[in-house]
Parts: sequence; C-alpha cells; structure tokens
Amino acid sequence: MTKVFEKSPAFFDTFTRKPSMQKTTHYCPGCGHGTLNKIIADQIAELGLQDQTIFVGPVGCGVFIYYYFESASVSAAHGRASAVATGVSRANPDSVTISYQGDGDLAAIGTSNAIHAANRGENMIVFFVNNNIYGMTGGQLAPTTLIDQTSTTSPTGRTVLNDGHPLKMAEMVAGLEAPVLSARVAVNTPRNVRQAVKVIKRGLEIQRDKKGYAFIEVLSQCPTNWKKESKEACDWIDEVVCKQYPIGVIKDVADQREAQIRLAERVEFEALADQLGLTTDDEDTSQKIEMLQDELRFKFAGFGGQGILSLGMMMAQMSMEQNMEVTWLPSYGPEMRGGVANCSVVVGKKAIGSPAIESPNVLVALNRPSLEKFGPLVPEEGLIIYNSSLIDQVPDNLKGQVYALPATDLASDAGTVKAANAVVLGFVARKTGMFQLSDLENFLRETFKKPAMLETNLKAVLAGWNAAEKD
Amino acid sequence: MPKYSMSEDNVEEKQEKEQPSVIIHEELCKACGLCIIHCPKDILEASDKINELGYPTTVVAKDGCIGCANCYLICPEPGAVTVKKP
Repeated sequence: MTKVFEKSPAFFDTFTRKPSMQKTTHYCPGCGHGTLNKIIADQIAELGLQDQTIFVGPVGCGVFIYYYFESASVSAAHGRASAVATGVSRANPDSVTISYQGDGDLAAIGTSNAIHAANRGENMIVFFVNNNIYGMTGGQLAPTTLIDQTSTTSPTGRTVLNDGHPLKMAEMVAGLEAPVLSARVAVNTPRNVRQAVKVIKRGLEIQRDKKGYAFIEVLSQCPTNWKKESKEACDWIDEVVCKQYPIGVIKDVADQREAQIRLAERVEFEALADQLGLTTDDEDTSQKIEMLQDELRFKFAGFGGQGILSLGMMMAQMSMEQNMEVTWLPSYGPEMRGGVANCSVVVGKKAIGSPAIESPNVLVALNRPSLEKFGPLVPEEGLIIYNSSLIDQVPDNLKGQVYALPATDLASDAGTVKAANAVVLGFVARKTGMFQLSDLENFLRETFKKPAMLETNLKAVLAGWNAAEKD
Repeated sequence: MPKYSMSEDNVEEKQEKEQPSVIIHEELCKACGLCIIHCPKDILEASDKINELGYPTTVVAKDGCIGCANCYLICPEPGAVTVKKP
C-alpha cells in the first residue's frame, strides 16, 4: 500500500475564499504556522472530522485560517477566540471546535478568556502558537518573550525586574482541574513535528469523544521577527527556547474522564422575536404613508457641507412622524469640512432588517463622485435624482429613472445655496408620493425657529416641489 | 493505484518495482531551505530558478529518496512537497 504525503483534503487547494484565489499561504518563508496548519489539516482528514470542524480564528498572523481550512470558521476579536469558541462549542455540541491563537492573542490580550474557558472545561481544543513575540505587528515584547530576548520594545533584552517572567501557559492550564490535556510541542524539526502530530491527534480524538478541554502549546519559529535565517531560527528553538519552555505532555487525564455534553437550549427565532416585540405581521393601521413597496431605501450622497446628513434626517423624521418604521445611518469621512458624506435612510411598513443599503430605490446625488459611485447600484425601477447644477456629465451605466434637478441653482434663487437639500426634499417628497406639501410645511415650521431661515427653506422646498411637477 | 492481491509475495514484488519518490511543487516553494537540511540523503538542492512568487525554488537534484517524509513534515508551505512511499 503506497503511503502518500500530500496536501490534505481538509486544506483548500486553491484558496477560493480569498479574492486573489492564490495557492500559497501568506506566511513568511520558514514560519511555523504553515507547518502547524498542515499537520492539523492532516489529522482532521485522517480522523474524518472535516465535516464537523469549526475553527475560531485569532487576530495575529493566524488570522487568515478561514481562507485555508475547508471547514466552517469564525473570526474573533483580538484575544476573544476562546470566548467565541465557548459559544460555538455550546451551540454546536456535535461539532469539533478548534480555537487557534497566538501568544499575543491568548497570553496577553485574551488571558482571562483563555483561562476561564479552560477552567470551565469547554469541549474545545486550543492551539496556542507561541513564537515568543508579537509577530504581525512587527516583533514587540509579548508575555512569552524569553529572558534576555530582544524585541522592538525590549531592545536590550527582557529582564525579570522590568517585564516579569515568561508566561508558561501550558503549565498554567495543566494546573487547573478541568482540562484533560495540556501539552507543549514544537514544529522546528521533523522529529518534533512527528511528536506534535501524535499529540494533535490525541487532542482531536478527545474532541471527537467529547472528553473536554485540550490545550496544545506549539513552539513556532518566527524567522522574520527573530531576524534569523529559517535554519538558525529552528536551531534556536532547540538550543534556547526549549530550555525555558520544555516540550512534552504535561497533563493527560482523558482516559479517566467521562464524555461531557452541555445541552444548550435552542431558542427559536419566533420566540425571540416575540420577546423583543417584533412579531407584528398585521398591517399597522396608524401608518399614514401609502407606499407601493414594503420598503424604500434612500441613499443621499454629496460633499460634506451640502446638508446631506440633515436631508436624510429630515426624511427619516418626517416618515417617523407618520408612524413608519425608519432607520438613518450616516457615513462620512474624518474631515472637519469638505470630504464626501452619504447617509442611508430606510422607510418601511414592517420592522427593518438592516440599516445598511446595497441597492437604493432612491438615490440623491449632489455631486459627481456620488453619482458615479452609487448610480450604477440603483435598479431599473429606482429613481436617480442628481444635482444638474454641479454635474455636467452623467455616467452611461445607469439603469434607474434619471432626473436632473438643478438643486443648487434653485436654492440660490430661493435665497441661499445652503438650502439645496430643502429643494431636494420637496422634489423627492412629490416624486415618491410620500408627503403632501402641507406635511412639508408643517415639518419645516417645527424645525426652523428663525423666521428668515424658515422663509428661505419654505421657498426652496416649494421650488423643488414645483420642479417635480414639470418633469 | 493498480489493484493487486494482498498475498505477501505480490506485495514484495510490488515494493521491488516501485521506489519512494519526492516531488517539490516549485510554484509553491518559498525557499526557506528547511527540507534541504533535513533530507538524510541530501537529494534536495537550492536552485537559481526563480518562481512566480519570486523565490529561488528548491529542486530534487538526485535519485535516492527513501520516503522518510522529513521534507514533507518540516515544509512550512502546505502542498509544496509530495512524498510517495510504497
């Protein structure tokens, strides 16, 4: 029988989840992450666990594991992988949950998450990739950095007086009551890799049999940040790192433990929606706006200072006063003035799922970049209203019904260019048939307290309203 | 894989015919050189062929693979090495 060592079926051949569709990982040459990924994938495939494996990815160099393993995966915020894996494991008691974390992630930011998950004895296996350094951010001191090891934030070497002792996570976890397996392995030589394979297989078997929490610390080389050649880095693990972090199985009590399954109560969506008061399928008779669609998705976009956000706010507030369901979501750059701004407004008959908009039914573009950016997203039946005072060229890839409204000119006639948003409000109100002129007037009277401002805005709204009639 | 009966004679015959082999997928190689130093038969070598990733790839320079899979195990790039051991 020929034994073939090759890329595991649990690992994507081409990383189809990655837009660049590449075949190579992003790891640096000589990095231990790739070696560990490979042997985890091998063992998952060998034990036939691929269909039930859920990975929880960290922040750090291991962040892209969801691109590489052909399994389910979740990404967690920095340090939170063990906590997220707890939820994943409890919600999917039949699955094999794998938390894959680095030393900056697990031993620094996420220490409490990791220790408490271990202490609860959750059904999960944690791979703790220890390369003594913060790799992704450029080699800063980590809690696991060795005594006398230099890093960008300890240029003269780590000292006990200043930074404390290197954190021995595998020993800490082994000291707890609940974990069934705690081990430290290395991936720097074929001999160590063979040992790691055995321990990883043992850990995955424990998960398959639901015996509880397994913790495997993996000493991994980081040639890039250690500033060593791959070979030197691997030798350094044997010569220096293993002296301070001895490899071996520290605790394995799986054979004395029973399988444990926590029954998670499944809450059906209906019950949850009921509790939150979201189950109103009946028509709300108090809603005063007749709408053809169940949901109108507005996108207002332009330069900062054109009154884009207030325009969206006015639209949302007026709809809200008519008892419609409404969301308003602004988006703008960090500039104090200038820059581009847009806001998404959803007006609906029923509870709104998401305030974010992919394809607007109504687009108001007050400058050219906005029209070019959002115009092509509007479907055929949608409305596109653009500011013809500032936009002289209309892209030819628009599908919606396009209306040219000289908003800035009309506002200027009404008294000030700042009222361009009021012009648009009048135009949109009439075009969509959502509001009467009296609704607009009442709203403006409540909004603007200064008589001069009110006067200008009333004129501007009326100009927009009339422009809608002419079309 | 060709089918053959599992009687001992046949298996031995098969093993005589087929030799262990190693393939380096040059387009995936990042030239870390770890496989070269761990090959007990020293059949892998660094070449001056530059692959698409921009690395000078490792190549199988000689016959004599014994199928120990050291190169497969130590290679940090999944899929870059295939070893067949009959």
